[in-house]
Amino acid sequence: MSSPFATAGTGAGAGAGEPVLALRGISKRFGAVQALTDVELEVRPGEVLALVGDNGAGKSTLVKTIAGVHPIDDGVIEWEGRPVSINRPQDAQHLGVATVYQDLALCDNLDVVGNLYLGRELKLRGLLDEVAMEKKAQELLSTLAIRIPSVRIPVASLSGGQRQVVAIARSLIGEPKVVILDEPTAALGVEQTAQVLDLVERLRERGLAVILISHNMADVRAVADRVAVLRLGKNNGTFPVQQTTQETIIAAITGATDNAVTRRQARTAEGDR
Amino acid sequence: MSEIDPNVTPPPAVPPPVDPRLLVREEGLKGYLTEFQRKIRGGDLGSLPVIVGLVIIWIVFSVQDSNYLTSANFEYIAYYMVGIGLLSIGLVFVLLLGEIDLSVGSVSGLAAAVFAVLSVSHGLNPWFAMVITLLTGAAIGALHGFVFAKIGVPAFVVTLAGFMGWQGFMLWLLGSTGTINLPTDSGPMRYLSGNSFFMGGDIAGGYILAGLGVAAYVFSAFGLQRRRRQAGVPYRPTTELALRTVILAIGSFGTAMILNDQKGVPNALVLFSVALIVTNFVLRRTTYGRKVFAVGGNIEASRRAGISVAMVRITVFSISGFFAALGGLTIAGQISSANQAGSDPNNLMLAIAAAVIGGTSLFGGRGMVWSALLGMLVIESINAGLYMLGLANSIQYMITGAVLLAAVIIDSLSRRTQKSAGRA
Repeated sequence: MSSPFATAGTGAGAGAGEPVLALRGISKRFGAVQALTDVELEVRPGEVLALVGDNGAGKSTLVKTIAGVHPIDDGVIEWEGRPVSINRPQDAQHLGVATVYQDLALCDNLDVVGNLYLGRELKLRGLLDEVAMEKKAQELLSTLAIRIPSVRIPVASLSGGQRQVVAIARSLIGEPKVVILDEPTAALGVEQTAQVLDLVERLRERGLAVILISHNMADVRAVADRVAVLRLGKNNGTFPVQQTTQETIIAAITGATDNAVTRRQARTAEGDR
Repeated sequence: MSEIDPNVTPPPAVPPPVDPRLLVREEGLKGYLTEFQRKIRGGDLGSLPVIVGLVIIWIVFSVQDSNYLTSANFEYIAYYMVGIGLLSIGLVFVLLLGEIDLSVGSVSGLAAAVFAVLSVSHGLNPWFAMVITLLTGAAIGALHGFVFAKIGVPAFVVTLAGFMGWQGFMLWLLGSTGTINLPTDSGPMRYLSGNSFFMGGDIAGGYILAGLGVAAYVFSAFGLQRRRRQAGVPYRPTTELALRTVILAIGSFGTAMILNDQKGVPNALVLFSVALIVTNFVLRRTTYGRKVFAVGGNIEASRRAGISVAMVRITVFSISGFFAALGGLTIAGQISSANQAGSDPNNLMLAIAAAVIGGTSLFGGRGMVWSALLGMLVIESINAGLYMLGLANSIQYMITGAVLLAAVIIDSLSRRTQKSAGRA
């Protein structure tokens, strides 16, 4: 099998090496709304970068600019050191960016194999090569230690966690270098969340760069190497997870440190009048 | 969280233990039966309701009339199901997308008129006229698909407009006489008329067809089994394949024997069988077929997987138009003329009914072209029986309507059961 993980083991841990994907001064505007302002982001091979921020902070917009759903207005996207333009989802896919959206985007009526290879079917003499696809699907799932009852049952009969790991596994079929996971553990149980987090660690071990969007600080602390915080469409700090307390990160997300001061000042000013 | 050490290679993947919640299928025939039982309980009824229904219909009518279960009646059913059956094949594609094509009846009538005008009024070579007619059908379908996919008008409305518009165009083409007779001694009509049989009705003809069918099945089924075994993925046990082969052989040779008892295998039935086999192959074995199922299952997922949803929609409606035209030519062959009754709206209803009765879901994503055959067998069996009993058209429509309703109810109920069993 030509494994999607031919580069296995190149993961040199957090922060080492050249960034595979770097965003420099990205801005994006929707009508009167400045969704992103001068955002900087770097992610390296073998690194899990958590992207956190409150609702409306611009996480999804940022991810969509990388995935080619929303082309950027200003700034530069660098891929392995050279500037590239990502205008369509296909551009991102060709570069090697795979995105797993929150609403999994699986076809319930197709089986696991059909979903894994949807749009990238293996062919033999112009026809679907079901045997090869099933074999490779099994190999892929077992290298990722994903437990699925059978690769030939419709996705509809899988649990939420199983569907999530199928969706993540599916993003790996195209041999990407960067995997973006949008809230992969939202709405999952304890056991299933652990399975997905295990899978994220396995992606890192394979030398992939992972961008993980999450609201769950426990998940972020469990698997991420660095945390990039967005607030109101701007960078609000990037922290190494190991050396940062949860309070610091939460403060950066909510902007509580400076906000409490301003609020108090406002209150005092009101009281004086 | 785990430390990452570049010097330590990731542990070799352990084959995951079998999920204890999964009901593993037992080996052999017994396992096959328990699996079957479990599928039924889960609402995955497959072709079972329609086959049971067919048997009940045959029993009921044969009790009423001793002439019902005869080879003559069977030949009648086998010939007259083809026209609408071909419309139904095209509709299966549309239903798989979860859409509907209300224009197939009108397009089939128009196709007959186009063919008659070209070949009779303009004296064009009938084979050439047939090609133009089929392309016209495909183009009309593509037009419906374009308005639906690119402009965003609901398919229901687009094809309803087509339903009326193309019927008007047909009436205009047929002109004041309203009927154009088709010579049955030349061109495609020679093969589509009721007096045309495979190999001239030679007894060997039916058996050759049955033998070819069984041989093709054995070749592909056992070939697939061998390939799967070599690749180390689960494969169907030999006993199961043998059982399926035996059932198929009994069915096809039995059919050939019954038809041979009369005049032989109608050429129209051969056309229907070829159309079924080809379309089944396209849906199951090609990327195009996979795209059709995917779009029927989840449009957004298909789009993100790089499938051009608009292209799939346009081509599917084009296929529907093509088969509407082919069915229209077959129906014209049955009556040896193109006339104003050609686009009988009942043809449309029966074609939809056949697809749904045969087990293709109205909700998209689930179905197979064989449902066109199974559904038409049911409908024509009922029609033939009611005709024999001398019942009026009014009663026939009511009964066919009731059968269609029953089929849709079964579809909805099985979908609900499947949801609760996690299969839909």
